[in-house]
Amino acid sequence: MKRKKAEHYDRLTHPLVRENGVLRRATWDEALDRAAEGFRRNVAAHGPNAFAMLSCARSTNEMNYIGQKFTRVVIGTNNVDSCNRTCHAPSVAGLSAVFGSGGGTSSYQEVEDADVILMWGSAARNAHPIFFQHVLKGIRKGARMFAVDPRRTGTAQWADRWLGLNVGTDIPLAHAVAREIIHAGLHNTTFIERATEGFAEYAASVEPWTLSAAEQVTGVPAEAIREMAHAYARADRAQLVWTLGITEHHNATDNVRALINLSLLTGHVGRYGSGLSPLRGQNNVQGGGDMGAIPNRLPGFQDILDPAIRARFESAWQVPIQPRYGLNLTEMLEAMAEGEVTTCYLIGENPVQSEADSLSCVKRLSMLDHLVVQDIFLTKTAQMADVVLPAGAAWCESDGTFTNSERRVQRVRAALVPPGEARDDIWILCELARRLGHDWNYSGAEEVWDELRSVSPAHYGMTYERLAEHQGIQWPCPSTEELEPPFLHGRLWETDPGKRGRPAPFAILRHSPPVDLLDDEYPFRLTTGRRLDSYNTGVQSSGFASPLRRGENIELSPEDAATLGVTAGEEVRVSSRRGTVVAPVYIDPALRPGLVFMTMHFPDEVDTNALTIEATCPIAGTAEFKAAAVRIDRLVPAKAG
Amino acid sequence: MSVPLRPPRRLIEITVDGEAMRVPEGDTLLDACQTAGKDIPTLCYGDTLSPKNACRVCVVEVEGARTLAPACSRKAEPGMVVKTDSDRARHSRKVVLELLGSSVDLSTTPNAKEWMAEYGADPARFGEDAATVAEPPKVDNDLYVRDYAKCILCYKCVDACGEQWQNSFAISVAGRGFDATISTEFDAPLTDSACVFCGNCVEVCPTGALSFKNEFDMREAGTWDEDRQTQTTTICSYCGVGCNLTLHVQDNTIVKVTSPHDNPVTHGNLCIKGRFGFQHVQNVASDG
Repeated sequence: MKRKKAEHYDRLTHPLVRENGVLRRATWDEALDRAAEGFRRNVAAHGPNAFAMLSCARSTNEMNYIGQKFTRVVIGTNNVDSCNRTCHAPSVAGLSAVFGSGGGTSSYQEVEDADVILMWGSAARNAHPIFFQHVLKGIRKGARMFAVDPRRTGTAQWADRWLGLNVGTDIPLAHAVAREIIHAGLHNTTFIERATEGFAEYAASVEPWTLSAAEQVTGVPAEAIREMAHAYARADRAQLVWTLGITEHHNATDNVRALINLSLLTGHVGRYGSGLSPLRGQNNVQGGGDMGAIPNRLPGFQDILDPAIRARFESAWQVPIQPRYGLNLTEMLEAMAEGEVTTCYLIGENPVQSEADSLSCVKRLSMLDHLVVQDIFLTKTAQMADVVLPAGAAWCESDGTFTNSERRVQRVRAALVPPGEARDDIWILCELARRLGHDWNYSGAEEVWDELRSVSPAHYGMTYERLAEHQGIQWPCPSTEELEPPFLHGRLWETDPGKRGRPAPFAILRHSPPVDLLDDEYPFRLTTGRRLDSYNTGVQSSGFASPLRRGENIELSPEDAATLGVTAGEEVRVSSRRGTVVAPVYIDPALRPGLVFMTMHFPDEVDTNALTIEATCPIAGTAEFKAAAVRIDRLVPAKAG
Repeated sequence: MSVPLRPPRRLIEITVDGEAMRVPEGDTLLDACQTAGKDIPTLCYGDTLSPKNACRVCVVEVEGARTLAPACSRKAEPGMVVKTDSDRARHSRKVVLELLGSSVDLSTTPNAKEWMAEYGADPARFGEDAATVAEPPKVDNDLYVRDYAKCILCYKCVDACGEQWQNSFAISVAGRGFDATISTEFDAPLTDSACVFCGNCVEVCPTGALSFKNEFDMREAGTWDEDRQTQTTTICSYCGVGCNLTLHVQDNTIVKVTSPHDNPVTHGNLCIKGRFGFQHVQNVASDG
């Protein structure tokens, strides 16, 4: 097997500014002055909404709190978002629409104590290996696990049943599961009556999805759908876990709602052992949103449109807050193309390589008047910047906290001194704030955290001291004395309607197949994902010598390889309606005919996102990374005869 | 078909070295002794693993029992009378240490030297011809090294790789008797095995037979100095699971990554990225 060692990136050790079209070394003072001046110039010319910040889902809660505060207080706009948009924003949107809160409802320990575990669109065995150890504990204690995934992933290899559905048919499958549960009389009528609303319409909406209709559309045998439906409904404690297989679709929020519907139907939410767990792809994507680094929420996941909440923040921060949602990442990129956003402050993000349809992203960023990038590397995105600010690596060079997929806020501690002149994110943000007329002085991360605690009731009880003592605390934690149960929404099981609160609504959903249609010209369904030893755009993971690494490939089923007449290792041309790349073939029997797979780990070798489609979820803005239509051509024509 | 949850545990009374104490039902004698502040040596015991009863260095005397009991696996029972430091227990530990010390290189086993002194163990008494497990270290990848001259066959690595944690089953015991070794399938290099390079076997190895390549190289070069190292626990940046990493830092450089064994997220386990994926933060161009 051919093993490639990708080029690694070197750390940024001093600020850079653009002069005569090229980036040159600068002092901190010069770089900060230039960065601040550009923001001031654009805000003066076009108003605060010409500014957009992409905050870093990799950095600490404290940095994200200061980042969104910078956007709202120093600039005066709600245009702040993070790469959360490219992965789990639909999970947040779906969960908060139903339950009023955007976090997963369960804890890892509960997976170990479940009777049935559904892993839906989640290659956790390779993408979240330590979470999967909790799943394996559950399996070894007797839990049955079902894997729903187009590919026979590492997760599927541990499943009692693998339901290999066609890409983008999650809603038909979920609806068929629901219909089967209802027809078998296995739905939890007590829970439905007490804690939900809209059941009758929901039941009617899933009625057309008979097992055989679903088999036609999803490709999953009716008998397997039936078995999963019965197992899930009959379990005492059942976990429904999903990852990007659900959320990287043009109708992602609907996909999430389809899964949540199943938990409402069976009462598998709000109790110990039963719940919904979206697995987050980045270390602090949960925390970034919790801290308000999203366009529609203030810190503590509080709605910006609520005047009482806005008033509280206005009095704490002493500035007015715009009573409307800001732009999300997808809208920001569109607004750049329209000339409405003219300056952007990008912290630790690499959209040039992480966004779908990467070429159009480059075009849009290049239309900005002033782009400031703060990162630990000179990424492809940083290379386009007017000012580059070298930051510390949050996880090992900063103090603060991250929030994980089970809502556990955990302490991050500086173990290293950043190289060269690289500085902590919060120091940089405060220096810029000062240059823009806000004299911010924080003595350290704990002071920032205590300010956040004072404005976010869900975090109020989490002092640094308690976080260390308990090895992290899950939100909500409103009290400094007590801890809440490890699961959310126990209120739904209260007998007193007053305590029960707002009923959880069922969603009425329609199947919407992938936007990028297959036809004779583009006959293969390309789906994307991660490998065990690599990470996202590879900037981090290229730094170590993994014996498992084999570079980018186009992974094909043995059947398709035979039809195309290609062999393992042979380079082929992969084209979509948007772009073309050349990649070597890897033959994977875990793929079904018609389905091909690539990662986004090696964009400098093979720019997979030149192929993907920027068809986005209208609610959450996530692009359909999981479903592109491609064709595969041999570089060398087959010999005649 | 529901999997039963564990009920709360009641307390039971036992006597350790003449002192009465109460311990939760289901605790082992080792748990009880550690609660009582007794210093019992252990090698094959792992705080994240089921006891394997392989090394016998933790034996204690239980009144009324014919044989000595391995403290790491024997559960405390109501009314048990335990002696941790009787002549019989001490003699047994001494012989175990002598047999191990004569055949295995214990130079990197934490506390081995102190235990030898405390129990008066003399591994040299079997003579220069005593059989050993000496063999050259196996270096077949850039991430970790297997030096089986230091292996006491405690099986902890096999359990961590197998059904207790990682479920990769890349290694097992091969051979019989004195020729038994820990081996990959057909003794293939790790790179051609089922190994996923999580390093969770290294995390539990009690003797340094398994070590990270970086530590192995620094020890060879004589630059490994634990007195100059700091340990800082922080959170991994590779996904949203939130694994706790303990960074071992020497001269502002990460030299090793472990994870706290009592952590509710990891239980001491990591994946290849968390364990080895730190180099990117310390890649600094020389002209910096």
